[in-house]
Amino acid sequence: MIRDITIGQYYPADSVIHRLDPRTKLVGTLVYLISLFVFRSFAAYIVATIFLAGVITASKVPFKFMIKGLKAVFILLMITVVFNLFLTPGTPLFKIWKLTVTHEGVVQAVFMAIRLTYLIIGASVMTLTTTPNQLTDGMEKGLRPLNRIHVPVHEVAMMMSIALRFIPILLEETDKIMKAQMARGADFETGGLLKKAKSMVPLLVPLFISAFRRANDLAMAMEARGYHGGEGRTKMKPLRYQRRDHMAYLIMLIYLVAMYLAKRLAGF
Amino acid sequence: MMSIKIEHLDYVYSQGTAYEKKALNNINLEIPDGQFVGIIGHTGSGKSTLVQHLNGLMKATDGTIYFNGENIYAQGYSMKELRSKVGLVFQYPEYQLFEIDVFTDVCFGPKNLGLPIEEVEKRATEALRQVGLKEKYYKKSPFELSGGQKRRVAIAGILAMQPEVLILDEPTAGLDPKGRDDILDQIAELQKQRNITVVLVSHSMEDIAKYVDRIIVMEKGKVRFDDAPKKVFEHYKELECIGLAAPQVTYVMQELKNRGMNVDTHATTIEEAVASIMSYEEGRGRK
Repeated sequence: MIRDITIGQYYPADSVIHRLDPRTKLVGTLVYLISLFVFRSFAAYIVATIFLAGVITASKVPFKFMIKGLKAVFILLMITVVFNLFLTPGTPLFKIWKLTVTHEGVVQAVFMAIRLTYLIIGASVMTLTTTPNQLTDGMEKGLRPLNRIHVPVHEVAMMMSIALRFIPILLEETDKIMKAQMARGADFETGGLLKKAKSMVPLLVPLFISAFRRANDLAMAMEARGYHGGEGRTKMKPLRYQRRDHMAYLIMLIYLVAMYLAKRLAGF
Repeated sequence: MMSIKIEHLDYVYSQGTAYEKKALNNINLEIPDGQFVGIIGHTGSGKSTLVQHLNGLMKATDGTIYFNGENIYAQGYSMKELRSKVGLVFQYPEYQLFEIDVFTDVCFGPKNLGLPIEEVEKRATEALRQVGLKEKYYKKSPFELSGGQKRRVAIAGILAMQPEVLILDEPTAGLDPKGRDDILDQIAELQKQRNITVVLVSHSMEDIAKYVDRIIVMEKGKVRFDDAPKKVFEHYKELECIGLAAPQVTYVMQELKNRGMNVDTHATTIEEAVASIMSYEEGRGRK
């Protein structure tokens, strides 16, 4: 049921990828995503495939979890492919009804499909191997230089981690309230739009009240423990680059060079 | 013959993910009509999961449940009807209140049953009277009430549906001793009056020993003991091992017996214990 919706979809395992510094993984994902857009050639995509396969193997996360993220964007993917297929001008290959499929269109569509698929899987590798808390930690530390220009990095990161922490809590709460109202004969499934919207009232009112109550409690608990923002605050587990992180950056560099060479040297 | 029969019930949380957890493991139970049953177990023993199966809110991974002889997982079985017959009061039910006033909130359940408005209001009034809420609160917002009063309103919300089976999941959690006794007394009263089946989930032996005919002890998704309270409390040492305890009285009586007083160690309530000690003292006095 509602429990199956995962946003922080961390998959616990003991692998090199899991142990990497979250900053490394953030940068790595970003580099990978950008490389997919910059080096647009089949040869380069072969390199990208090898790289991705290597990272997936190293992460020890079963492949079916990577695919899960794809299901959500499958329709978007199909639409993109179809549009590219039919609407790219160029040498016509064949015609279906009034729509012409061009050689360029096919190439474009395949590129788009590969790119989007890799994009999603690449991002999934990061979210599957990094807990949401590590991610916000990494962002906080990585974006610290922005403090100089008065961006409240710590506060934003804190809000993000609280928001992330509240997602499962509120999901659980929603599940509980839904069940409680269903036990009283509430019906959330059938009926027209208006009836459905109306049936949400018994769910939303308690949910909002509970969210406010929890927020209030949390604020009080944080104040009681002397929380006063980011200034002078230390970490229990400060992020520090290890040898494996340096290695990871090196691999990233090699990957970029390989992509560049693949695009330049191979003729396809 | 009205009854609930559970056969080989299994339930697995988050099946197919890294967080897979077996919450119920081969549960077999039969709850006859009109029985007052207590389900007891440590946090995470599966008791709440089990009762949510009884009105079809959770679907078993494996196994079947028969309500009045009918398989509730059979095709075309109306879950809505099942839920009107098996009323479930959740833990901290006051968090589900949402209407503008107490009375309207209690009407929500019976209204969903599609009853005429007079009948709905009649049932709501009756339910509110059963939980002992004064009439001056009926038109107040549920959010203005105290914790104990909110709890009563929420329980009335289920009672107003007039279920044949009433399940209460820790109805006294977070209440003071008086509020706890009041609510349990009213439930017991109701059970006698209307002769309905009541299932009381709790982790406190003290709470339920006084009321129930039968105790089901759950441990790690399995039924560990299932017997009359006195019989179950005989295993007080094992109960301790699984993080539960027999009522204090049991310990006192055991200790008295160990010290050579011939008292009834099966006493589960203070009243019974007092009677047993008194008769022992009388017997001694006569000698």
